[in-house]
Amino acid sequence: MSRVQYNMALSGQPPQELTVTQKVFVFVGMLGLLVLLLATFNFQFPNKALWLSLSLGAISVGTIGFSWSLYANKSSGIKNDGVWFKSLTSRGLWAWVFGILITLFYVVLYFFPQYLGLNADAENTGLIALFDPLSKMLSGNPASQWFVYGTLYTLSILIFGIKFIWKYRHSRYEIIRTISVMFFQTAFAFIIPEFMARLNGESLQLPYYDLKNIWPLNYYNFEQYRIDGFLNSGTIGLALLIFGVISIFVITPILTYKYGKRWYCSWVCGCGGLAETAGDPFRHLSDKRQVAWKVERWVVHSVVVFVTLMTTAVIYSYLDYDATKYWLNKDVFLGFVALLLTLVFCWAMLFRREELQKDAQYGAIGYFVIILGLIGIHFFFGNQLFLFQAETLRKTYAFLIGSVFSGVIGVGFYPIFGSRVWCRFGCPMAAILGFQQRLFSKFRISTNGGQCISCGNCSTYCEMGIDVRAYAQKGQNIVRSSCVGCGICAEVCPRGVLKLENDSPDGRINPKDVLLGNDVDLMNYVNQK
Amino acid sequence: MSHVVIIGNGIAGITAARHIRKFSDKKITVISAETEYFFSRTALMYVYMGHMKFEHTQPYENWFWEKNRIELKQAYIDEVDFKNKILFSAEGEEITYDQLILATGSVTNFRAWKGQEFKGVQGLVSKPDLELLEENSANLKHAVIVGGGLIGVELAEMLHTRNIEVTMLVRETHFWGSVLPAEEGKLISNHIQQHGINLLFETELDEIIPDENKHVKAITTLDGKQIDCQLVGIATGIKPNISFLKNTELETEIGILVNRNLETNIPDVYAIGDCAQQRKAIGNRKSVEAVWYTGRMMGETVAQTICGNTTAYNPGNWFNSAKFFDIEYQTYGWVFPKKKEGISDFYWEDKKNQRALHFQYKTNSKEFLGINAFGIRLRHEVIDNWLTEKILIENVIQQLPKANFDKEFSKKIKLNISDLQGQKDLAGV
Repeated sequence: MSRVQYNMALSGQPPQELTVTQKVFVFVGMLGLLVLLLATFNFQFPNKALWLSLSLGAISVGTIGFSWSLYANKSSGIKNDGVWFKSLTSRGLWAWVFGILITLFYVVLYFFPQYLGLNADAENTGLIALFDPLSKMLSGNPASQWFVYGTLYTLSILIFGIKFIWKYRHSRYEIIRTISVMFFQTAFAFIIPEFMARLNGESLQLPYYDLKNIWPLNYYNFEQYRIDGFLNSGTIGLALLIFGVISIFVITPILTYKYGKRWYCSWVCGCGGLAETAGDPFRHLSDKRQVAWKVERWVVHSVVVFVTLMTTAVIYSYLDYDATKYWLNKDVFLGFVALLLTLVFCWAMLFRREELQKDAQYGAIGYFVIILGLIGIHFFFGNQLFLFQAETLRKTYAFLIGSVFSGVIGVGFYPIFGSRVWCRFGCPMAAILGFQQRLFSKFRISTNGGQCISCGNCSTYCEMGIDVRAYAQKGQNIVRSSCVGCGICAEVCPRGVLKLENDSPDGRINPKDVLLGNDVDLMNYVNQK
Repeated sequence: MSHVVIIGNGIAGITAARHIRKFSDKKITVISAETEYFFSRTALMYVYMGHMKFEHTQPYENWFWEKNRIELKQAYIDEVDFKNKILFSAEGEEITYDQLILATGSVTNFRAWKGQEFKGVQGLVSKPDLELLEENSANLKHAVIVGGGLIGVELAEMLHTRNIEVTMLVRETHFWGSVLPAEEGKLISNHIQQHGINLLFETELDEIIPDENKHVKAITTLDGKQIDCQLVGIATGIKPNISFLKNTELETEIGILVNRNLETNIPDVYAIGDCAQQRKAIGNRKSVEAVWYTGRMMGETVAQTICGNTTAYNPGNWFNSAKFFDIEYQTYGWVFPKKKEGISDFYWEDKKNQRALHFQYKTNSKEFLGINAFGIRLRHEVIDNWLTEKILIENVIQQLPKANFDKEFSKKIKLNISDLQGQKDLAGV
């Protein structure tokens, strides 16, 4: 194509060269990154607080200024021009370069933090040392690799959030939703835990706790060191521990019933927050094929089973045998887990079976039998719970799912697989919320009668890889476990066919192929089949 | 097992094929010269603008057809022997059928302008047209689009994304004057101009002037203006694609003449979609309806008939939709562009947010007849019921929030009955 130009614009614009203003903002942003890079290679900045501020400031000014020059002078509306022409957003050279760089960053962050300047039993050096002043200001402690990561992560959500709001400024849903993720990331994931750490002392030993990070996304929440921390922190600690338990078993189902899983995945969650802001230019890269959907269902539910087994084993490992010391002993706990799983399984199979696909039913039965079988074997033969050491399970999960899947693949591969690979294929929290959303929720994407023209914008821009059009062109509402309610399908629809809404659960999934516009008699024939 | 052959793999033909498969075990063959697989014609513009790749416009994955035993054949049928039920392809193949569905769609309606054969003059209907436009876009600085209608504004939006200067020649005093009343015609005209498109109203094409390579270099208008350009987009309308059927025993006029059962004058031959012409127009509808939705409905209807349940094409309340740059448009029922005896208007506009509603109702009985919505999404089901039940205009205005389909948190629309009374004298302005 003759007019295709390759530039680093992160968003859809007509093919054009960068303007002078845009070049200036790119330069400013790059200077900010350069400071971080120099710090990584142990360049000694004299006044760390100043240089850190300058660096983060330059990155912010560069990104926000660039977004401003992209959108400020354009009329509000969909901005997807040239998305599939640009190298960065169509799996071209820049996409691979960018993807490999982020992947490398994650590999270093998770597995080789010493290269970022984390030193065992010594002061920080390098990049991490540059962040010491900020960390000391917030929590009173020197920075860690996680503090550096958390700061950059939050900054990304904030500056790309501003860009996203500019891009979708015609839509109040998108604006409010984005302000929400920006707030939850900044306050709950970043500032509050740091302040909580500052309060810690003799009587308070709270573990680092991002309150919105719910088990099983927060798979380590019930590990022994955290439970000890909670229990040694008086009423506040106990309250936090109870909050951790009820947030998954009580708060989550209620909110999902009322609003669908979007209340979490695209309004609160940090992973979702990054995907919706920094990841927005890559949302169209998700795989829409039916086979991808099949893989998704098996993989993501297997992760749920894995995290359930792992957590059960971990909690079990530090509980006592003796019921006289504390009511919650090993056997009582296992009994609880078995009972809870049985209840959920029976409810779904008895009351919601017609809404589960064949393979979902087989999968549910298979996994249910395996888990109960493992618990049973343990009871009767008394060997290792779940065949493996709890610690082995925990380490494997933390490595495979917690680090490689959610970080390295989940974010590193944004420019190749799209922005929600982790949320779609890997996140056990998303799977549980999705189960709730599919089986008892008021949320759905309504299809507007017969107005669909099958153009494919909705499916193309669905970050979760849902073939939205397949439903819309049949006049069916969309009720899918994986839908995170980002609302972009309704934005890009040129004919006003889609609307995210919460309404009565009755008739939420209309099974008939109702297409309005035709006379009623004909539709009766169609529906008779 | 009887063999149904469908010529044309657009929305009409493919809908027919899918529904015949639902209700029967017949052998189904769909023939198309244009593309191997069904795609959404209305989405071609998004491919040019880089919103989607061509494969994204294909609503079904490629395995779908074999799984549903719908045979796809890429061939150009140039002759039909209706007596012996044989199709002849340009590639030299003979295909026999038991029942034939003609769903050949439309082609650009060139109106015999002087110079229309030169390079750089084209319409935008088919995938080859899109490929041609891509070719013609190289070294394109200025394009002239003839016709202010749906294809015209699409072309303008497409070219605009490549920073090509666009001038549109519009015959009427405002955009899409054959369909839109003046109020919203002006609203949309302004919006198009805000995007930097030059609109020349009450201007028609006279002649296309070529350079030495027989490529267009300028056009002249009927009022004597000359405009330099390297592309002329013909967007003055489309016509049924039936030239290969002329001089056969098949009765045609503008399109292939069909009765309400979509049967042609020849037994076992049906015509649906853009290429079909109703012998007697249905209600206020045109005899040739070249709309996505009507193509789909005709496909559903003819499938019933072919599967032994003879069914008349009986479309319900009229509806349609479009998008003009950033403004979405939906229409339900009838809103006439020109003042009609016995029909009153109620027009509401929110200038700041570029939103508008235009209602028409019977002056005496106050019966609600139709609505145009701009920048506002309406619930098809609700409005459809109101039209069927012939409710009063007052009730429509009172209950309008029920019909709102805008995204959550969207700005509310404030209409009240007193506005309606206040506009009584304005009706039809």
